[in-house]
Amino acid sequence: MTLSLFALQLLNGVEYGLLLFLVASGLTLIFGVLGVLNFAHGSFYMLGAYLAYFIGQRTGSLAAAVAVGVPLMFAAGWLVERLAISRLYGRDHLSQLLLTYGLVLLFNELQRALFGNEVHGVATPRLLAFGLPLGELQSWPAYRAFTCICCLFVAAAIRHVLLRTRFGMRVRAGAVNPEMVEALGIDVRRLLSVLFSAGTALAALAGMLAAPLTTVYPGMGEGVLIVSFVVVVIGGIGSVKGAFFGALLVGLSDTLGKVLLPGLSSAIVYAVMAAVLLWRPRGLFGQPVEAR
Amino acid sequence: MSRQTFSRRALLTAAGAATASSILPRRAFPASKPKIRIGLLLPYSGTYAALGNNITDGMKLAAREHDNKLAGREIEWVAVDDESDPAKAPANVNKLVVGEKVDVLTGPVHSGVAMAMMQIVRQEKTLTIVTNAGAQAVTGQLCAPNVFRTSFSNWQTSYPCADVVLKDGRKKAVLLFWNYSFGQESMAAFKEGFTKGGGTIVKEIPVPFPTTEFQANLSEIAALKPDAVFVFFAGAGAAKLVKDYAAAGLREKIPLYGSGFLTEGVLAAQGPAAEGIKTTLHYADSLDTEVNRKFRAAFKKATSRDADVYAVAGYDTVNALASALDKVQGDLGARKEVIAALEAVRLDSPRGPFRFSKAHNPVQNVYVRQVKDGREVVLGVAQKDAEDPAFGCQMAT
Repeated sequence: MTLSLFALQLLNGVEYGLLLFLVASGLTLIFGVLGVLNFAHGSFYMLGAYLAYFIGQRTGSLAAAVAVGVPLMFAAGWLVERLAISRLYGRDHLSQLLLTYGLVLLFNELQRALFGNEVHGVATPRLLAFGLPLGELQSWPAYRAFTCICCLFVAAAIRHVLLRTRFGMRVRAGAVNPEMVEALGIDVRRLLSVLFSAGTALAALAGMLAAPLTTVYPGMGEGVLIVSFVVVVIGGIGSVKGAFFGALLVGLSDTLGKVLLPGLSSAIVYAVMAAVLLWRPRGLFGQPVEAR
Repeated sequence: MSRQTFSRRALLTAAGAATASSILPRRAFPASKPKIRIGLLLPYSGTYAALGNNITDGMKLAAREHDNKLAGREIEWVAVDDESDPAKAPANVNKLVVGEKVDVLTGPVHSGVAMAMMQIVRQEKTLTIVTNAGAQAVTGQLCAPNVFRTSFSNWQTSYPCADVVLKDGRKKAVLLFWNYSFGQESMAAFKEGFTKGGGTIVKEIPVPFPTTEFQANLSEIAALKPDAVFVFFAGAGAAKLVKDYAAAGLREKIPLYGSGFLTEGVLAAQGPAAEGIKTTLHYADSLDTEVNRKFRAAFKKATSRDADVYAVAGYDTVNALASALDKVQGDLGARKEVIAALEAVRLDSPRGPFRFSKAHNPVQNVYVRQVKDGREVVLGVAQKDAEDPAFGCQMAT
């Protein structure tokens, strides 16, 4: 492999990792603060993608889909948290798994009923439908570059909210000692609702951004969910910083695995996870929500 | 997961009919012939639900054209949703073969399910017609007198494409495929034809199923600079690969080829990215024959959906059965005669002339198709009367 090809593959890996981060960040936040293993997270990703298709087709604009879809999914997240997830706090993981897996089935049937089983394409926004030359033959789609920037922006925004705002402070405090936070007169339940809804909206946003890249199809959430869990476990459950570096690690090892060991590429990511866990059993940054 | 079973309702109807006939006075004409029970082992939920539905509707369309009768015996459908799950296949096959005692078993879509089905029907000797699964073994190593196939073998969809690539003057190819049996068999067939015709395979790139993250592979292909890329992907994977390939700027520089499954059913999702792609398959929606036009119009009228290659397989399944059973006056007990009659079937199918090979796989034309202005256009016949080599088939009686 030449040096330029290697650099190109690194770029591919980082790009894949950044998209993974967008899904995994919501998952790790919800687990870290709410203590809920949310299997339905992949479904929110899928619903986001379908919304991008549905709204995008009617308005011809992905931006409009994001503008309408993200608040919509935030509201949907609120509803799901109030009706279902809030009953899980403090319960064991088995009940959480049963309920959130039930939600997965529910959302899959909902998708089937609303949108059918066909594979749909979502057009790349016209402004970004060009390629940046990359190597001799290949070009880098501008839209991929754009999603990378979006993901970096979201990562910075999450970091800012968690570390620099009052809300973030409460979230961090609530994750460590909810009773004390409650005693200080802060409505923890409401805090959790907001957080779950935000996680849902993040997953949906990831689905919307990914829609023009991946096309939209039934069951698209499950594949992403599994890799996202790997990311979360590698990064340390509950750690957003961990999710970021975990996602990059997974993206890079998956890409390089495909190039160097194509026959084994499906196992590489899991081998990396095993290696990380042997080295650091709680993942790279394994703490509830990093206190910096 | 939902499970659709017509059997319970069908049984109730049958029971109702039986009660009614015992009350009503006997008619003068002789008792009608017993019904013929056709088992459908198809996916009605999950990724392949659309395929299962189209096969079923193709069969029912053909049945209606025969007044829902085969050789005067009324058809009774017994459907089981196989969920395309090989792990559940033995139980599902047994439900139809042993439990419901169907006269004819048809299906499935998924090759893994077909493998489990073969195990059982080879023992039980159930008359079986495979309506989609293209695994070589069905009419190869595991071929059996009681098993026929109306769809295709993987070999048939890919071997003829080698010639198409070579005729385009392209001698160096990269293979990119989902690394499971369908992809592997498709690649082996293409490779056989391509190297035989003087081409070289520069590199084989397996992609784990059902991964759809292709960027690393595309960078590799761009660096290898072959004359052509032959791929196997289907459904969502095919839609994404074609889009990624075009977005990476490779579409104009290194043309993409594949078996027809690369574009079947996902052409709309691929949009302009699919322009110019050449594929080979035993059918094309735009096949310009009287039979195909009539079939498509009738299917559209019955279902308000467009017919596709899967619907054709279902349609031909019932037509082949009708033709064979007429010859034996609907007597399925005369096993040897039924098989001989099926072997002699000649159909004027929407896909073109159709008959069974010695190994009971279709002998059929394979067409070259190209995407032009978002439509699949037939360029010609890649291989006339293509017959699967049926490696390893020893037909025991």
